[in-house]
Amino acid sequence: MTALPERAYDVAIVGSGAGGGTVAQALAPLVRDGRRVVVFEQGPRFDDDEFTGCELEMASALYADGGGFLTAQGTMTLAFAHAYGGSTLVYTGTSLTAPERVIRHWGVPGLDHADLLRRSQRYLAENNVHLLPPEEINDNNRLFVEGGARAGYRVEQFPVNVKGCRGSSLCNLGCPNQAKQGTNRVQLPEAERQGVEVVTRAEVLRIEPDRTLTVRVSEKPAGAKGRPSEWTPGEYRVRAGIVVCAGGVIGTTSLLLRSPLPRPRRVGEGFTCDPALILVAEHPHPITNDVGHPKSYFVDRGAEQRFVLETCMYFPFTTAKALSGFGADHSGVMRAFPRLQMILVLGCDAATPGNRVSIDGAGRPVVRYRFTDETVAGLVEGTRAAARIFFAAGAVRVHAPFANPPLIEARDAERVNELITTRHFQEGKVAVSAAHLMGGCAMGAGAASVTDGWGRVHGLPWLRVADASLFPDSLEINPYVTIMALADRVAQGIRGDAAALLG
Amino acid sequence: MSVLAAVRPAFRAIAATVVPEATSLDADGWKELERIIEQALAARPPRLQRQLVILIRAIEWLPLLRYGHRFTRLDSGRRARVLAALQESPLLLLRRGFWGLRTLALMGYYARPAAAASIGYDADPRGWEARR
Repeated sequence: MTALPERAYDVAIVGSGAGGGTVAQALAPLVRDGRRVVVFEQGPRFDDDEFTGCELEMASALYADGGGFLTAQGTMTLAFAHAYGGSTLVYTGTSLTAPERVIRHWGVPGLDHADLLRRSQRYLAENNVHLLPPEEINDNNRLFVEGGARAGYRVEQFPVNVKGCRGSSLCNLGCPNQAKQGTNRVQLPEAERQGVEVVTRAEVLRIEPDRTLTVRVSEKPAGAKGRPSEWTPGEYRVRAGIVVCAGGVIGTTSLLLRSPLPRPRRVGEGFTCDPALILVAEHPHPITNDVGHPKSYFVDRGAEQRFVLETCMYFPFTTAKALSGFGADHSGVMRAFPRLQMILVLGCDAATPGNRVSIDGAGRPVVRYRFTDETVAGLVEGTRAAARIFFAAGAVRVHAPFANPPLIEARDAERVNELITTRHFQEGKVAVSAAHLMGGCAMGAGAASVTDGWGRVHGLPWLRVADASLFPDSLEINPYVTIMALADRVAQGIRGDAAALLG
Repeated sequence: MSVLAAVRPAFRAIAATVVPEATSLDADGWKELERIIEQALAARPPRLQRQLVILIRAIEWLPLLRYGHRFTRLDSGRRARVLAALQESPLLLLRRGFWGLRTLALMGYYARPAAAASIGYDADPRGWEARR
């Protein structure tokens, strides 16, 4: 048997998204001190002109399973990206900081809201986060503001991290104009300028107790998008003094479960994801919806009613999939595309026993997720609120997956509570998807957690976690800023421990 | 290797029930629709591919019990009732199976640029500039 080629680094970072990209930049000063830092990213590095905005082409290139990663129950799809920059390539750039009540509820010893906020604010500034001016707001968002105000909801504007946004509306397919300031545009390039190495198409298969990583570098498939890897394809043994897992909830958790480590028992537990429904409503006249930033406003009822509403705009297949039913009624809604307003309803789920990330016999990730009554109730309340906003904005009919039949006409606007009910929620019938994946390697103290408040895996001080898998429970808002703040904190801990761990 | 080849007539009948506009597709249109689906299926485990074929075969033959005809021989109203029964089934396995099949049909139809244009979807990488 041929020995695998070996490489040695002081710090190996697994993943290049909001967590990995942040750690890479924050540890770049170590390179000046003669340390070697490497980032392994499973996905490829794309050139700017490869972002075409074509739905299937880009979804296949950017997302795991084309965006349709199924839970073990087969009743929900999870969206996360494999690319230089991770899922920061495919978010909409909405930039919120963690609510104080949530961090207090997490109860992580040593982790306080003020610390997270201070770190978050630094990244908000670094990523050019600001409110879009009124002239850049499209009708789809404007109607949400107007309808929300009329229906009595407190509508807030999302700060977004764009620079030179042209309003393509294609954020979730990778910005064709490189306007979003994800780690692929800001932190990773800066880290590379300072000497951090980034190896793309490099999947870390396992971590050994002697701090050796087995890394498989893949060949670029014929005709595929993205650059070839920086390394020759094949398997490598990489020795590292410190290993930082930042491959996202699915990547990090499954990597730890695959690795023959004396890992804490709770790895994989506490998975939450803000399950989401796409709701659409038909207006009598065409509106601007597939042009302009798609997600500019939200209503946060997380604390009171366990739902959040966000404006959104999706692409033909994604929209078709989100609608219930089939046949003439379904086609009728699709033909009304230029008149459609869309709202994303997110249910604020809580960490629940049984909802977890595990692996199958081949080491592939498996996500087990059951909807609790509380989560379904949150989605139903959110759907009712969205229907009220749609009608208050002037919609003539609303498509609500929790109604049967799902189309509600304006004349029935007063009956949304009666028509939209939990009894119409049937798993496997309603299209539920999630992109806010959280938990699996919870921070905390003692046996109920996987890491301490600095992302150190209990019992393995050289092994750190720096992504959303650290969240002990749902964050209830778009998570990337909090991931960056936590990753910054993890990097600070590593800098402090570097001398002891690396010699 | 084609997954749909063994069940093509039944698959097309199902797809045209899910998206009635598919009945007006010409040979090239169906070819493109099926190419999109085959491409998506190629990345999925062989077990899932086999399950899909079994489901399509079941949909083709089960209506014999109720209507005395295979799915492909039914009129559009009865075809819709067969699929609605699957969608509303008390068995999660059947609902989930139909949901997957329906998703593939919608993907094949609506991921085609011609379908996106036909419903008025007009997103452009140039954004506002392309509209003004």
